[in-house]
Amino acid sequence: MKPSLYSYAVPGASHWSFRVRRGLSIKMTDVEGDANVGMLMYNPEDLLERYNAPDTLKCQHTFKLTKGHCLYSDMGRIFCSIVDDTVGWHETISGNSNAETVATRWGARDYQSDRNLWKQNGYDSFLVELAKYGLNGRDMAANINWFSKVGADDNGVLRLVQNHSKPGSSVTLRFEMDTLVVLHTCPHPMNIEAEYPRKPVLFEFFESNALEADDICRDSCAENQRGFANNMLYYMGAAR
Amino acid sequence: MTAMVRESLLNAENAVLREVVRAGDYWLKEIKKGQTFRILDLEGNQAADTLFYNADDPSERYSATDTVREQRNLYLTVGSQLRSNLNNVMLEIVADTCGRHDTIGGACATESNTVRYSLEKRCMHACRDSWMLALAEHEHLGISKRDITHNINFFMNVPVTRDGGLTFADGISAPGKYVELRACMNVIVLISNCPQLNNPCNAYNPTPIEVLVWN
Repeated sequence: MKPSLYSYAVPGASHWSFRVRRGLSIKMTDVEGDANVGMLMYNPEDLLERYNAPDTLKCQHTFKLTKGHCLYSDMGRIFCSIVDDTVGWHETISGNSNAETVATRWGARDYQSDRNLWKQNGYDSFLVELAKYGLNGRDMAANINWFSKVGADDNGVLRLVQNHSKPGSSVTLRFEMDTLVVLHTCPHPMNIEAEYPRKPVLFEFFESNALEADDICRDSCAENQRGFANNMLYYMGAAR
Repeated sequence: MTAMVRESLLNAENAVLREVVRAGDYWLKEIKKGQTFRILDLEGNQAADTLFYNADDPSERYSATDTVREQRNLYLTVGSQLRSNLNNVMLEIVADTCGRHDTIGGACATESNTVRYSLEKRCMHACRDSWMLALAEHEHLGISKRDITHNINFFMNVPVTRDGGLTFADGISAPGKYVELRACMNVIVLISNCPQLNNPCNAYNPTPIEVLVWN
């Protein structure tokens, strides 16, 4: 990997957003273990185009996200590819914590008393970041929860696996389109730890490596090859 | 899995509305709080791609994530409470002779069809196009593409494996199977009767459904 262009450790229970250019990669590292990163993605050139969890899962015949998978928009294009992953399972069906569930489990959000140790929730975090781009709750789709594993048994019963992500584990996203990334580090909505979890996540930005002839994401299935073809059509005529 | 099945006590002769929806068409109606409606799979193995909005404020809408998280189960059947993006209960499934319905597979769109099947199939009819036409023809509702998120696929079977795989299995529905829902708020129901020709969700043969409403 090339040297990082920029790095920032996002504190737990926080939110952030930025536009990332195609050709860049982001490595997220779970510094202490058992972190959670809620994430949404939009096309900054057309904010109606956004990350689509069902399309992502069904075209790759997967319920979990890991190395080799691509993250799709609702327009059949690929925002980014998961080019490396030491966690093995990230989930995208459980949504967000909200003010009510956080208050019930761990107490109310109270900046006056708690300052930077307030108990922020995922839903409100997204609302705040989305508003910066003229977006609101209507624009919210099913998000990804990086570092979190929710499995289903044969009857469909869902369970969050506690202590799934180990300290130092990481996942790397290679961006195939310019992408507006909206994220938070609030606890997973199914987390039932006794104490409000506050887990930092290190974000490192890199220039992406060139695609190999046999790319681990593009060539992992015919569907992803077609997704890359749609990206190519989107940028047809654009300088690289 | 053992499917939950519960038959309805309602008589079709007492329904205040009965409409057949042909494959490739949409159905958009308001259902009042307390009303019950049934989606009937007339010929079997048909997918009814369905969205719900709060009729009094359509920025509140059906949310698959809130629904599966709060019931701690991926599949929808009798007793499932369908939740909104504000985590409110919009509807409840009160009868179901199919036993399992999907809400993680999403709908077909011409764009996702290019990925799933072939770039050359981009112009084939798809559920999202039916929804787009419905919204264009009902602009006064104030619902647009922004408000389209992932839906329920009534009668569709999308089992998840323990190791995180996703399979599109043969439908477990059959001619005459139905699902019935009671509205817990005034809701706009938007159904695309799926036109998909490329996948077994319709047994490669899209067929009509019927919608029945009772007071």
